Formats: sequence, C-alpha cells, structure tokens
Amino acid sequence: MAVTADIPNNVKSRASFARQLHILLGLGLLVTCLFSLTTGPTGVSLLEVLPKLLSRTPLSKLEQVVLFDIRLPRLALGIAIGAALAVSGAVMQGLFRNPLADPGIVGVSSGAGLGAILAIVLGGLLPASFLAIFGQYLVAVSAFLGGWLSTIILYKVATRSGRTSIATMLLAGIAMGALAGAVSGIMTYIATDDQLRDMTFWGMGSLAGANWTKVMAAFPIILACLGTSFCLGRGLNAIALGEATAGHIGIRVQRMKNIAILCVAGATGASVAVSGGIGFIGIVAPHLLRLMSGPDHRTLLINSALLGAILLILADTISRQIVAPAELPIGIITAVLGAPIFLWILLRQRSVVDL
Amino acid sequence: MNMLTRRGFALMALAAFALPAQADTTQKVLSIGSDVTEIVYALGAGDRLIARDTTSRFPEAANALPDVGYMRRLSPEGVLSVDPELILASEGSGPLETIEVLQAADIDYVTLGRGYAPAEVAAKIRKIGDALDLSEAAETLASTTETALNDQLNAAENFDGARKKVMFILSIRDGKITVSGAGTNADAMIKLAGGENALTDFQGYKTLSDEAASTAAPDVILMMNSTGSHGASAAEVFAMPSLAITPAAETLNLQKIDGIFINGSGPRTAGAAKQLHDAIYGN
Repeated sequence: MAVTADIPNNVKSRASFARQLHILLGLGLLVTCLFSLTTGPTGVSLLEVLPKLLSRTPLSKLEQVVLFDIRLPRLALGIAIGAALAVSGAVMQGLFRNPLADPGIVGVSSGAGLGAILAIVLGGLLPASFLAIFGQYLVAVSAFLGGWLSTIILYKVATRSGRTSIATMLLAGIAMGALAGAVSGIMTYIATDDQLRDMTFWGMGSLAGANWTKVMAAFPIILACLGTSFCLGRGLNAIALGEATAGHIGIRVQRMKNIAILCVAGATGASVAVSGGIGFIGIVAPHLLRLMSGPDHRTLLINSALLGAILLILADTISRQIVAPAELPIGIITAVLGAPIFLWILLRQRSVVDL
Repeated sequence: MNMLTRRGFALMALAAFALPAQADTTQKVLSIGSDVTEIVYALGAGDRLIARDTTSRFPEAANALPDVGYMRRLSPEGVLSVDPELILASEGSGPLETIEVLQAADIDYVTLGRGYAPAEVAAKIRKIGDALDLSEAAETLASTTETALNDQLNAAENFDGARKKVMFILSIRDGKITVSGAGTNADAMIKLAGGENALTDFQGYKTLSDEAASTAAPDVILMMNSTGSHGASAAEVFAMPSLAITPAAETLNLQKIDGIFINGSGPRTAGAAKQLHDAIYGN
C-alpha cells in the first residue's frame, strides 16, 4: 500500500506516538461524551443533574426523559456506530490495499440501503398483525439483512476454490451497487410522496431515532465485530506487503479475509440499520490517523475506533443543536465537515497518499 | 390569491371575535401540520401556540414561531425544548421513536386525520377544539366549514358547462414533470373546483413520460405558487415539448394555487376551490 511509504527514522517516534494516542483519544472521547450529554436544545445540563443524582434528589420528568431516554441511548449508539464505521473503513483499506476503500466496497452499504428502501416502500404490504409487532423496526431489520445478504453474494461471486479474489469482489461490488441502485429506482417510482421523503431522510442518516431497544440490538453485534477486528492488526500489516508475502510469513490469508469481511459486514450492517447512511467517518478517521501516527494496524484499529466515536458524537451534537428545535441529518454534517478535511489531506500529502 | 388570503383573514377575525373568552387549561401548544395550525388560529387560539412544523406557514403570524422541523422527522429533544403541554399532530407525524419519547414525557398528544371529505375536515376541527377546550367555537367553525365544502362539492358536481381536464404538476425537474394521479389532495381539489383530473389511472404522485403527458391532453395546468421548481412561468411550462401540444398550451391556461391547499384541507379550502373554479372556467 502506498500509504506505508514511511520515512525510516520517523518510524520509532511515530509508533510510540501511536500508543500515546490511545490515551489522548481515550480522554478526548470521555470529554466529548460529557460535552454531548450536557449539550442539547432543552438546556438540561449534566452539571445540574449530577449533584441531584449523587444526593438522590428525584429528577424532574423532563430531566429524566432528556438524559436517560434521549441523550444516553443516542450517545451509546453514537460511540458504537462511529467506532464501527471507522474500524470497518480501516480494515477495508488494509485488506484491499486501497486507500479509498470503505465498507461500501463489500456491498454492505448498497445492500443495506436497498433493504431499507424495500421496507419503507413495500413494508405496508405485510400482514397487519406482523406490522403491529415489528412495524417500527422493519426498516432497521431489513437494512441489516440486506447488508448481510449482499456481502454474502459478493463473497460467493469472488471466491473460487477457497480463494477470494479482491479484484473480483471490487468489480462485483460495483455491479451490485448498480443493481441496488436500479431496484431503488423502481421503488422510487412506486413510492408515495411520504415514502419518498422517508427514503431521502434515511439516506442522510440520523441518530435521532435512538432508543434502548436499538442500542440493545446493535451493541452486541458491533461489539463482537469490533473485538474481532482488533485482533486482525498483525495480519493486515502483513497483507500490506502483498497477499503472497503475507502467506509466506505465516499469515492464513484466506481465513483472515473471511473474518475481516464478516466483521465489516456485521459492524457496518448493524450501524447502517439503526442510523441510516452516514458517510466519510470510515475514510476520514483512519486516514487522519495514518498521517499522524503511521500505518501500523495494531495501533491504528484501536485509534480509529476512538477517533470515529469522537467524530460521530461531535457531529451528532452539532446536528441536534445547529437548527434547534429542528434537527439536521447527521450524514449531511459528516459530509460537509469530512469532505473538505479529506481534500485538505489530499492536497497537503499528495505525495504520501498517492494512488 | 391575495384576495383569498384577505378573505381568510377576515373569516378568522370573525371567528375569533365571535368566541366568548374561555378558561384555557392548556396554554402551550405545539402544532404539526399546516391545516392544524391554520385551524388553531381560526379558533382564536393562535396565542397559545409555542411552536410549529416547517409546513405551517399560514397565517403570517405562524412564521414567527419556532420551527421544530419536518413533520415526519421530528427530533425528540427539539420538541421537548419548546416545552409543549399539548401536541396537535397531523396523522403521519413521526418518527414513532420520537412519539414514544414524547409520551414518556407525559405530553398530551392528539393525532388528527388528513382526510379531505367535508365530514372528515369537520371532525378534525372538532377534535382540535376539544383538545383546546374550545368545543363551542370549534362546533361553529366545523359546521360552517362542512357546509361550505358540501356546497362547493354540490356546485362542482352540478356544474353544467363542458368540464375541463386539469393536470396538477407537483414539480418540474430536468424537464421531467411529476403529476398527481387519483387519491391525492390535489385530485380532491380539482374535483372540488369542478374540474376533471386529467390523470386518474394511478394513485399518488408520479413522474410522467413526455408522451403520457401529451396523451393526457389537459385543458388546464395547475401548479403550486411557491418558490423553486414549482415557480415556473407559463412561457417556461408550455415551452416543454411534452406540454407544448396539449390544449392547455393553446390557451396558455396555467393556474397556480397556494401549496397550503394541497397540503391539507381546512376552513379556507372551499373558498380556494371556488376561486380555482372561476379561474379555470374564466368567469
């Protein structure tokens, strides 16, 4: 990977800086979380509530609802999803040895988007008794299944006699994306005005619908996938030298690919299912870190998780504050902030991030 | 339309003065849906509104209220931040997650139907009146509105001139037109104005092919007079190949209607329909 073009005498200091970054980013995440819990259009502040909690004074109904039913589940989902997107991005970039890779490449995003759109438009055709129980989460479940299904199809297409061809997977991913786009187009045609609006807003992503049910559903999947991803650091470092070389130095390349693809599909699928489409975290977070602290995946993956969480929580805090009492979809904010940062990185480091 | 706005204001002023002052139990009301907001004002309870949704732009005073966003994408904390005691929400407001949080916060939440049949509109007005403790005033407004709508409906049905085919264009984008089929508020408005919807073989709004637009052969093009893609001029609209060969293009018959009458049905709908009728048939 071109990103690995290091300046040798820098390597040592960057490696130790990467480990220091664990602590720095960890503290940063803590501060961001407190900031997010304290900020919101209602003006309910943690600083006022905390003494009440400690002295066991009962909270007002408003404080209780805002903190425990709105901001906390939102924060929990924000951490999980930010970490999931950033780590998935880092894993994909490492595995595909392509700095522009993101979870979209394994078909998760287009599949999940298609699943969501199908549920929005055709969900009403399901039996009423079924909808009464699952109606609210139909879009999320359908998006998750769509993400998984398309990943599995891509994987099957790209795997021949126990070997997954990354190039085939990339090409098949483009074909899948086009197909998903076409089916979405058909759905757009038969959708009602309201459904069209829902589809548009889904695509822009938001954490506004966060509640404990969603946290309970998404958290275990994301946590398991992240935990597994963190163990891939050594393998991804080896793959940077090329698949054959990685195999020669004892990395079981095929097994690693399988695990990485499953983890990315799981983490991203669960994230996209509960929050809709949120872009750029998966690209911006890993690249910022590579430039700061080098490409070593053993530290990069953990730092990506922390930075991704920080970025998403900040974006979410902005999203609920900037046009209050209304709310701006978070996908807009990550793109508006992420795209210029990304361009700036490209401009400054053109020689390093060379395709 | 200006005329109509003025007439609407006069009606509402009348309604407001006709009401005896009542003991208000709920002071802080959030209104979601342009028709709902309009009815709250018409009942003389506009001063009890503390916020509105994006679509609520009538009467003028509503624009000064905080905007909690698009009705299907309400933010739970945003809604709580305006501190409402009562939420009057048009059917389809959401998402469900937000409504659940609002109910957990013990805020009264009243859902109002979006039907445009006279009886449904009257029921909506009564329900709003009950929620605001203005049942008497609501009864008056509901019955005048229902009568006006029924009268207009009868007038439209008994109209004995040659019926004109009306095509409602929701938007024009990149030369493609999105039009109303059956079962929409626009369709109901066309009927109420004594016209015939040029496109009834599908439900809802659809983007039409050029040839389908031509074969629909509308006598009148109806659009909303707001900004953006809706605000095209007659010259622009009839310059489009798909519409250039329609009967409407020969007479340059392009009518505009305030988008609020397409969003929902309320006390001013019958008047708007009457005015549209006159405009279409050139009386």
